[in-house]
Amino acid sequence: MTRARTMLDKLWAAHEVLRREDGVSLLWVDRHLVHEGSHHAFAKIKERGLPVAEPDLTFAVVDHYAPTRDRMRIADPQIARMIETLRTNARAHAIRLYDLDDPGQGIVHVVGPEEGLTLPGLLINCGDSHTSTHGAFGALAFGIGATEVAHVLATQTVWQRKPKSMRITVDGELGFGVTAKDIALSWIARLGTGGAQGHAVEYAGRAIRGLSMEGRMTLCNLSIEGGARFGMVAPDQTTFDYLEGRRAAPKGTDWDRAIADWADLSSDPHAVFDREIVLDASEIAPTATWGTSPEQALPINATIPDPATADPAKAEALRAALDYMGLSAGDMLEGTPVDQVFIGSCTNGRIEDLRAAAAVLKGRKAKVPGLISPGSARIKAQAEAEGLDAVFTSAGLEWAASGCSMCVGMNGDLVAEGKRCASSTNRNFKGRQGRGARTHLMSPAMVAAAAVAGAITDVRPLLEGRQV
Amino acid sequence: MAGWSQLDGMALSLPQANVDTDQLIPARFMSVPRSEGYGAYLLHDMRRDADGTLRPDFPLNRFPQADVLVAGRNFGSGSSREAAVYALVDAGIRAVIAPSFGDIFASNAVNNGLLPARLDEATCTRLQDALADGTGPVRIDLDAQRIVLDGIEAAFDLDASWRMKLINGWDDIDLTRNHGPQIAAYKEQRSQTAPWAWPAAAD
Repeated sequence: MTRARTMLDKLWAAHEVLRREDGVSLLWVDRHLVHEGSHHAFAKIKERGLPVAEPDLTFAVVDHYAPTRDRMRIADPQIARMIETLRTNARAHAIRLYDLDDPGQGIVHVVGPEEGLTLPGLLINCGDSHTSTHGAFGALAFGIGATEVAHVLATQTVWQRKPKSMRITVDGELGFGVTAKDIALSWIARLGTGGAQGHAVEYAGRAIRGLSMEGRMTLCNLSIEGGARFGMVAPDQTTFDYLEGRRAAPKGTDWDRAIADWADLSSDPHAVFDREIVLDASEIAPTATWGTSPEQALPINATIPDPATADPAKAEALRAALDYMGLSAGDMLEGTPVDQVFIGSCTNGRIEDLRAAAAVLKGRKAKVPGLISPGSARIKAQAEAEGLDAVFTSAGLEWAASGCSMCVGMNGDLVAEGKRCASSTNRNFKGRQGRGARTHLMSPAMVAAAAVAGAITDVRPLLEGRQV
Repeated sequence: MAGWSQLDGMALSLPQANVDTDQLIPARFMSVPRSEGYGAYLLHDMRRDADGTLRPDFPLNRFPQADVLVAGRNFGSGSSREAAVYALVDAGIRAVIAPSFGDIFASNAVNNGLLPARLDEATCTRLQDALADGTGPVRIDLDAQRIVLDGIEAAFDLDASWRMKLINGWDDIDLTRNHGPQIAAYKEQRSQTAPWAWPAAAD
């Protein structure tokens, strides 16, 4: 009898060109996604006079520096140069570019799935740590650095030692108003930001099966915040329904063959994982971060921890985080006033996220200013067709174009020093949204609730009786 | 990239946990071409006041000649930005010793000749106590995978393939191009067994 295999085992074996004696594998890359930040890698291959090995498997997206307002007249010459460099490189190597005016433009991890470039069974690389997002489809997807990006450009392969396997099973049913974002922040709070280092995480269990593709993408996206370079969910009917008919997805007999192959990707029933974590979905509450690391997250009804009574190894980090965030130990997380809100990013900038935020905001006014940047131009168009933009603007929030925007601030969408922002993004690191900016991560619905209350608050009462 | 196997350097303690990539280099500096140098951006917002002046009390400002950092757990967590490694390397840092590293950061480090040496938390703390708020001579031996600092001798963890890469200064692209025929054969086989893995033509 052959050994029971995990999905990781199957994906790895399917992509292994060779394995060296030291155990490191050379893997074939099915899709390589590049963005403005890939300029270092293009410079490296230019220096060597090397072409892009597989331009048809390489896709370029303008996202990190994409202006969200007045995008055809870029005032900052540095930003204009970054975008222009990507254009030049895409043109030189005959790579399909999703430029600012392209109806398919958006954040790279939103565009890939939306276009059907992301599929189960593929290996997907991008010079961005949130590449784990694509694992939601049952793909082997991981972020790489510039040297590796140059290597993939030049050879369409990547050297990698197989990570250990880890399964996070979420049984039971999610409560009302609780989302994939809350699952992610909960496990990261429990295991720590280094908790899954060296592992590829497969998410399983009833609560995961019940998630939409958008929810699964949010969950896999945040894997890296718990230290895992890879996150994945076995493909199922939800996956196939999402993909069928998408532009670059297989058609006709290829589609039938693909479905048959993809159905075999799931971990075998008796597959053994190096690590197993089990969570009960019904115990997860709407969650928000209070500190400067994604592990510093709490259920909405909790109080901010006291370094004096904390694990001594973490006490100093707690003190530093409290100081940076301008919070006091023992305060309630709920009721913390915010100065502004942001909804968007590769974590939570998809249509379902915008619908959830609109369900909270409909007919209500925001007490604080805020920016909403949809994850792609197509999502923007769809949201406008559904009238969601009107809900946001009537509430007093700004509706902008798509890009990485205020998640990382490279395009100039920044949170000012000392200001507190409720944000649907992925990192609350010091200075992430701007020097001295204070970020609280939470689900888009929770961000919308914070906008309505002017403070971090439990979204559930605000969703009562509303269609989500 | 030049290989190395022995380093006699000057170590400095940076005991904070979770020094993430956004702290190692804030995103706003990442559009600079590498040829201009990234050293000035290393830990920029920790080292400098809002007006850009160096904080005289920050350890790296007191001892800019340090070339080995003894850091806290989860060093380099966060984004895949190799610029975080460029900032360290361009500032003269050759090795970081810490209980744990972000996976992508560690891989980027090795690709740039920077050693990410893993040592257990207790030993890191001992080294940091020995350094206190000053510097101390450190010897790192990659062949023996050992470090000596202030009489404390310890073996560090490092992936065997990474050790060889650091010692030999290997370049992956050159290595991989030797496997060209195997890659071509793999591609041919994949196109037969998984034709759906190629993007459908635009409609």
